[in-house]
Amino acid sequence: MMGTGAGLTLGLVLPGSEPAAAADGDNTTDAGSADLAPNAFVRLARDGRVTVICKHLEMGQGVYTGLCALVAEELDAPWDSVHPAPAPADAALYNNLYWGPLQGTGASTSLANAFEQMRRAGAVARAMLVRAAAEAWDVPPDEIETTDGRLRHAAGDRSAGYGEMAAAAAALPVPDPDTVPLKDPATFRLIGRVDLHRPDAAAKIDGSALYASDIRLPGMLVARIRRPPRFGATVKSVNTEAALAVPGVKAVTPLPAGAGLAVVAEMPWQTARALAVLAVEWDDSATVTTGTDAILERYREQAKTPGTVVRNQGDAAAALTKPDSVAIEATYDVPYQAHAPMETPSAVAHLTDSGIEIWTASQTPTTDVLAVAEAARVDPARVTLHPTFAGGSFGLRARPDGGCARDVAAIARALAEQGIGAPVQLVWTREDEIRGGWYRPMALHTVSGAVDANGRPTAWRHRVVCQSILKGTVFEGPLMGDGIDPTCVEGVADLPYAVPNMYLDLHMPETGVPVLWWRAGGHSHTAFATESFVDELAHAAGTDPLALRLDLLRDAHPDMLNVLLLVADKAGWAAPLAPGRGRGLAVHRSRGTSVAQVAEVTVKDSTIVVDRVVCAVHCGLPVNPSVIRAQVEGAIVFGLSAALRGRITMDDTGAVEQSNFHNFEVLRMAAVPDIEVHILPSTAAPTGIGEPALPPVAPAVANAVFAATGTRLRSLPLRLKG
Amino acid sequence: MARLTVNGSSKSIDVAPDTSLLSALRDVLNLTGTKYGCGIAQCGACTVLVNGDAVQACQAYVGDLGDAEITTIEGLSGPIGDALKAAWLTHDATECGHCQPGQIMRAAALLAETPDPDDAAIRTAMNGNLCRCGTYGRIHAAIRTAATSLSDPAKG
Repeated sequence: MMGTGAGLTLGLVLPGSEPAAAADGDNTTDAGSADLAPNAFVRLARDGRVTVICKHLEMGQGVYTGLCALVAEELDAPWDSVHPAPAPADAALYNNLYWGPLQGTGASTSLANAFEQMRRAGAVARAMLVRAAAEAWDVPPDEIETTDGRLRHAAGDRSAGYGEMAAAAAALPVPDPDTVPLKDPATFRLIGRVDLHRPDAAAKIDGSALYASDIRLPGMLVARIRRPPRFGATVKSVNTEAALAVPGVKAVTPLPAGAGLAVVAEMPWQTARALAVLAVEWDDSATVTTGTDAILERYREQAKTPGTVVRNQGDAAAALTKPDSVAIEATYDVPYQAHAPMETPSAVAHLTDSGIEIWTASQTPTTDVLAVAEAARVDPARVTLHPTFAGGSFGLRARPDGGCARDVAAIARALAEQGIGAPVQLVWTREDEIRGGWYRPMALHTVSGAVDANGRPTAWRHRVVCQSILKGTVFEGPLMGDGIDPTCVEGVADLPYAVPNMYLDLHMPETGVPVLWWRAGGHSHTAFATESFVDELAHAAGTDPLALRLDLLRDAHPDMLNVLLLVADKAGWAAPLAPGRGRGLAVHRSRGTSVAQVAEVTVKDSTIVVDRVVCAVHCGLPVNPSVIRAQVEGAIVFGLSAALRGRITMDDTGAVEQSNFHNFEVLRMAAVPDIEVHILPSTAAPTGIGEPALPPVAPAVANAVFAATGTRLRSLPLRLKG
Repeated sequence: MARLTVNGSSKSIDVAPDTSLLSALRDVLNLTGTKYGCGIAQCGACTVLVNGDAVQACQAYVGDLGDAEITTIEGLSGPIGDALKAAWLTHDATECGHCQPGQIMRAAALLAETPDPDDAAIRTAMNGNLCRCGTYGRIHAAIRTAATSLSDPAKG
């Protein structure tokens, strides 16, 4: 999600997010009885237990493992003494360093932005413990060694556990984190270790991990919603009499921004009964009444006209018509995609005279707090966010409008006005999630290219038609200054192929369908077009697709060449395959990370079976190799779901045709290919890993289908006609 | 009033017979380790054991359960449960974790019936349990590891 490149600062001014006067970290989280609390991130208790306060949402991507490893490494704490805890909403203490004054998790930025910050947080704590021991033992600090949570003065034969020295260390001044020495990476003992297991695993295995849908508070009511049948429809009239007569039902209340109505009751089954008899008449005057076929047709028409120029080098139009060149053109399209995390959006609100408490999993606490404050009509300073685990997210829990948290706050406000002060929990059904919008945008790419008589590409002209995610949100100002939504063109605006004449323009049509970032953002569709098209150019030129890519990437980041060479070697790129089988290649760089993949497919009776995906990845220093592998495997599976199975469509009246996993299909175990992950060694600063292995999957499979059958598939999900 | 035997103890709950087992567990008994994912028996997040068989609790109803022994993730114990939990840790099979209780319960039913499942048996048994994080390969490996450790504890 969040198409913000590493290092890009939002420069966003948000009310209520001014830095706190005393950012000493004491107002952080319930981390037990901490004796040493040197900064906002580290707590050391008398029993030696270390709590690492994690500013990023753990939504499965393993960020707790990474952040804990960084602190524990510099602190020299044993892995089993380190425990993650979620940071509260506090943009001054816990902002994403790439996003200016915004606390948030996304765009695969977590480890990259926090890498040095968390190491320094651990190093500060270690320095204080060393100094405390030096004073207690009256020895020079540089004679004290630290290992596995113990301080030791070798010459004097003195030693102590960290916990024993915590109180004394806490009495010392906190050293400047910017000057505290960090370890030589050659001496790392946790960073890079392959057997470091996730600290959040045990609770997720025994069922004790709490998600927002698992919160149970005394007297808590539950809410379920009735969505508009079409995007943009609003409530014209509602007859609540029958619904309110259902035993246990407490209220029926409208939701903000056309999100429909909520029914509140004591128990979920009561809400279901009430919803079944709730009579709503919808106002369709601003409703989306077009189907996705008609929208795509409109995109095709729009693609015939010039858009806003994003990139223009040389003269692509002239190069395309050179007499000794071969020119080709291709159009690719991708559908709307739902996120479908296993846990549907959910949140709990408790509104009292002193403010509102919210329990939810938020990728963007800073903007969610503002949305909650507005919906509950309380001061943002009186919003307390209790972060929970997220049962997956993939961008869905980063709605700029606050989403489920905003809605539950509005429900709590409506209840309060009826004199009901009980906490209330809102859980979306799967149908709410699949039909509720906030999809990855549908997109159309029209690409033209030319190769000269020597088989060298000379022109690449690319037109994108894609709805803007940022337009109309709080992010439009800081991120769309030039009128171009970067989430529509990331991955092609920075296409690294050395083609001398390169042109890109963009149309951003409005459709009324709510759209949102989805795993890998714009890269999820741009790479399908670019990596399919470069394959088409190779075939037009009569060149091997690997050889052409290697040639065109000569001026690109060297990591891209390295992952290509490695993946070709590991996959046996040149080895022959049986008839009906094919091998396809794709390489893409996103979030600072280069990924190359070779997919092997078998096509039989028009059915595409992906047998194997070999992946090489360069993501800088591999902090947690097991987490990196898991993210790469997961991104490939997620990408294959979109490449082969799921899509969101609307019928000619604008109603979403899918509703649940029976007709929004995602990959199941039986269809998962053998996946091989090869991580390139590196000492460079870590780059993103949650998303970058997704974009190459769809084009690698499409290219493999072409190799197997000679049929070029240019629409997702990939379907061969029987 | 209805009675349910959950994790070895008999519970009296004040719900209608057509209440789903999932709702009875989560909303009445506060056993929230069993998860809601779809409500139509398509995702397996709510998988529990009913007399040892894997059942999707969203499509089982309190009134039909009688004296059946229901086991949820909170009550999973014994050699199979222990072996699966250990193997899940060894393989770091969890990501977001929301599907994992259901995956583990499904795997427990599989190993009870087929102590040494081959790849095809694992894929068939687990195909009803969705994971959007894509941990399938690790789940598969964890089930193999658990099966191996159960047949020969020295190798586990």
